[in-house]
Amino acid sequence: MLAFVLRRLAQALLVMLTVGLIAFALFRYVGDPINNLVGQETSLAEREALRERLGLNDPFFVQYARFLANAARGDFGFSYIYRRPVAELIAERLPATLELSFAAALLALLVGIPMGVYTALRRRGVLAQGFMMVSLVGVSIPTFLIGILLILVFGVLLRWLPTFGRGEVVELGWWTTGLLTVSGLKALIMPAVTLALFQMTLIMRLVRAEMLEVLRTDYIRFARARGLKSRTIHFGHALKNTLVPVMTITGLQLGSIIAFAIITESVFQWPGMGLLFVQAINEVDIPVMAAYLMLIALFFVIINLVVDILYYLVDPRLRADRAVAHGHG
Amino acid sequence: MTAVGAEPLLRVEDLRIVFASRRGELVAVDGVSFAIARGEVLGLVGESGAGKSVTGAAIIGLLDPPGRIAGGRILFEGARIDHLPEEELRRLRGRRIGAVFQDPLTALNPLYTIGRQLVETMRTHLDIGAAEARGRALRLLKEVGIPAAERRFDAYPHELSGGMRQRVVIALALAADPALVIADEPTTALDVSIQAQIIALLKRLCQERGTAVLLITHDMGVIAGAADRVAVMYAGRIVEIGPVAEVLLAPKHPYTVGLMGSIPPLGRKVERLMQIEGSMPRLHEIPPGCAFHPRCPHMRPRCREARPEPVTVGPGHHAACWLFAEEGPDGRA
Amino acid sequence: MAEASTRRSRRRPVLDNELLEDFLHAPVAVLAAVITLGFFLAALFAPWVAPHDPFDLAAVNLLDALLPPAWLEGGDGRFPLGTDDQGRDVLSTIIYGARISLGVGVASVLLAIAIGVPLGLVAGYAGGRVDAVIMRIADVQLSFPAILIALLIDGVARGLLPRELHDELAIYVLIFAIGVSGWVQYARTVRGSTLVERRKEYVQAARLIGVSAPAIMLRHILPNVLGPVLVIATIHLALAIITEATLSFLGVGVPPTQPSLGTLIRIGNDYLFSGEWWITIFPGAALAILVLAVNLLGDWLRDALNPRLR
Repeated sequence: MLAFVLRRLAQALLVMLTVGLIAFALFRYVGDPINNLVGQETSLAEREALRERLGLNDPFFVQYARFLANAARGDFGFSYIYRRPVAELIAERLPATLELSFAAALLALLVGIPMGVYTALRRRGVLAQGFMMVSLVGVSIPTFLIGILLILVFGVLLRWLPTFGRGEVVELGWWTTGLLTVSGLKALIMPAVTLALFQMTLIMRLVRAEMLEVLRTDYIRFARARGLKSRTIHFGHALKNTLVPVMTITGLQLGSIIAFAIITESVFQWPGMGLLFVQAINEVDIPVMAAYLMLIALFFVIINLVVDILYYLVDPRLRADRAVAHGHG
Repeated sequence: MTAVGAEPLLRVEDLRIVFASRRGELVAVDGVSFAIARGEVLGLVGESGAGKSVTGAAIIGLLDPPGRIAGGRILFEGARIDHLPEEELRRLRGRRIGAVFQDPLTALNPLYTIGRQLVETMRTHLDIGAAEARGRALRLLKEVGIPAAERRFDAYPHELSGGMRQRVVIALALAADPALVIADEPTTALDVSIQAQIIALLKRLCQERGTAVLLITHDMGVIAGAADRVAVMYAGRIVEIGPVAEVLLAPKHPYTVGLMGSIPPLGRKVERLMQIEGSMPRLHEIPPGCAFHPRCPHMRPRCREARPEPVTVGPGHHAACWLFAEEGPDGRA
Repeated sequence: MAEASTRRSRRRPVLDNELLEDFLHAPVAVLAAVITLGFFLAALFAPWVAPHDPFDLAAVNLLDALLPPAWLEGGDGRFPLGTDDQGRDVLSTIIYGARISLGVGVASVLLAIAIGVPLGLVAGYAGGRVDAVIMRIADVQLSFPAILIALLIDGVARGLLPRELHDELAIYVLIFAIGVSGWVQYARTVRGSTLVERRKEYVQAARLIGVSAPAIMLRHILPNVLGPVLVIATIHLALAIITEATLSFLGVGVPPTQPSLGTLIRIGNDYLFSGEWWITIFPGAALAILVLAVNLLGDWLRDALNPRLR
């Protein structure tokens, strides 16, 4: 187990170093950091002095190492636009994005998995076919358009829900939460639904496909031949085997929710990291782009790691292979 | 209905199984009739695609769409079980009719321990508690020859060898003491060296319990070693049925003769080993008349036109071939 | 069933009569194909199909701004779907917008194919270290959503290109960003098929008689992977159109001077609250219908080329 986790950690580190390299290259070579720090009136000599002081004349690897060391401490320098530390900007925006993403992920899982199971078991049923049709329509409507439609219906026409922002938030230390106020919760509904919808349809289709695959297997046939109740077969044998592969892909999907939040946040003017990132791209605010990139990579790596460990715990075949390979379990 | 003693355990009458396909209905099994007595082992032999497995699946109600029973009857202990409601079929499966599948590597759920799968089968059908089920499961594992059964009880399928897994599958089939076991190619997926052991085990356990077996296989050797009677299937029909010794040593139907051809008859000199030319027709191109006629060395005009009905060719021995319909066997050197 | 179907060979030529026959018996697929084709034709012949030229400044009159669809009160027969804030005919902007959306979509898909298919062939055929490197890159890229990668490429391009050039090159940047973010699917699929094909006897035989590696890949392996590539390309086209629309909606896609469907939705979004819903909803509906049609076509194609799912 330990060896397995260690190897995964090493891989994760490698991914982070690669993404760090990209982020560093962005930071260092896209646009001139000096130009973005000083005004037009700064003389060439002054620029050169600043360059030397900031270590921009050091060898590549020294600069890269310094960048990584700073990044590890959460120091990504100053935003060109806001003239404030990037870390501070992101810390302000992080709670909004994470709360939105978790709400959406929860919604996607809680609705997507049962729908997938249902459509697999009642493959030729009218309702199941309806679900499949709706899901295809769901993946065909871009996220931002769904958001706009929701705003039109529930915000503009019915006036039930707020159309932008987070509502009232409560501060818990440095964390701000919208989950504790009525207006915060109301403001969360439409963005969370918008963000969840696409993942929901994906999870549903994935669960359905895997479940159909599992239902075709010999051991399910054999379970039927043993006279087990269909409830036991479907929700015990089949579902458990379905969820093993689904878990991996779903885990990755949940990671991408944080990235897809960019779109939802733009539609609902949700004050999260995604909105910050889109602004950064528009304004070529490189330090913010680099920091966002590394943060997202970190999320992905952590989620991957958790999924791998879960996989390892759920599937006995994997455990045994490792045990054989390493001589201990 | 006649008295239970006279009634065979299983009777299949004129069974017809069709598959809906884009080319229309394909007839996979046509006019198949046979019976199995209590404690008897009936071998069902034929090439792949002959309809053996489909017949077995139909008996336990596991015929998957687009396949369906289109005609005939299946009687188990005197009562019809074709077209039973799913819930009643389920109570029959595992409880009264067990099944052994071909591939032990895929027949067991990889995520459950074998002990759990045994206990779950027993507790589904028998009114027993967890502790009692565990005790029974352990005894059964020992009976099927699993060493260190206590330890293996908590093993996952992948931790056992193929032969061991097939023993577990047999234990699962017998878990609720069924009266009939349908064994579909129980040794095909196994290593040659353990095939005989598994067949011997299956035969011994069923003999001890008085359990009848429908042994589906393409392997005449397996039939010779385990079956009391044998039915030979070709293109969805039974072409010959009779006691094993009769059919194997004195095959009547030209197809059976061909099947036995590669094994030289004992004590008889033959000029050449007979080989069957061609291959079994696909379901959508089964010829009219006798399905075997295009490959038959004794083909006559009427074989092309009319389908031969089974006729008695010996004690309890029937063959469906025009050679025996009116005149005795002729034209065979 | 199994006995009946396994006899049919698993791999089928990309196009054959049976496929065409299946197609004609699938009303949904036919409808999807008709809609898709309609969009393509309208886009291709936009100047002749569209009732107005929305980019002809001389023809556009600000007095016609914000007119509702023709069937509503205050509507004008000249503008069936109403007009936008600058008095442009919404129907015409949609037709011209579809032109940009489809153009960018198709070009991105072609770029992704041009990158992914050769890399997949090489990875599968060469194996070893080459394979490992290509697939490692693919894995890393695949763990990030395409939209994020496209955004990033777009951001980098903004940083590298001078501002005045940026608008001019925006469409090419977009094609590059979407194309590069989508190659992985092709590479993985082609690699998988190549690994299978490479072991087949005819390839072994070709190698033995000294046919060169590129010739084997091109002549023997490539034709066998066309089916899956076609399926991926269709579904990818839908995704590419969505990605383009999303980027344009976020304001980092095509410039407002050459609006795609996404840009139109972005522009109209500002008028949603004041009740001029048609400026957003009609381009949105057009986008959704187009993507849905392409998706339906892709879905059908995938099932039709995969006999196992029948």
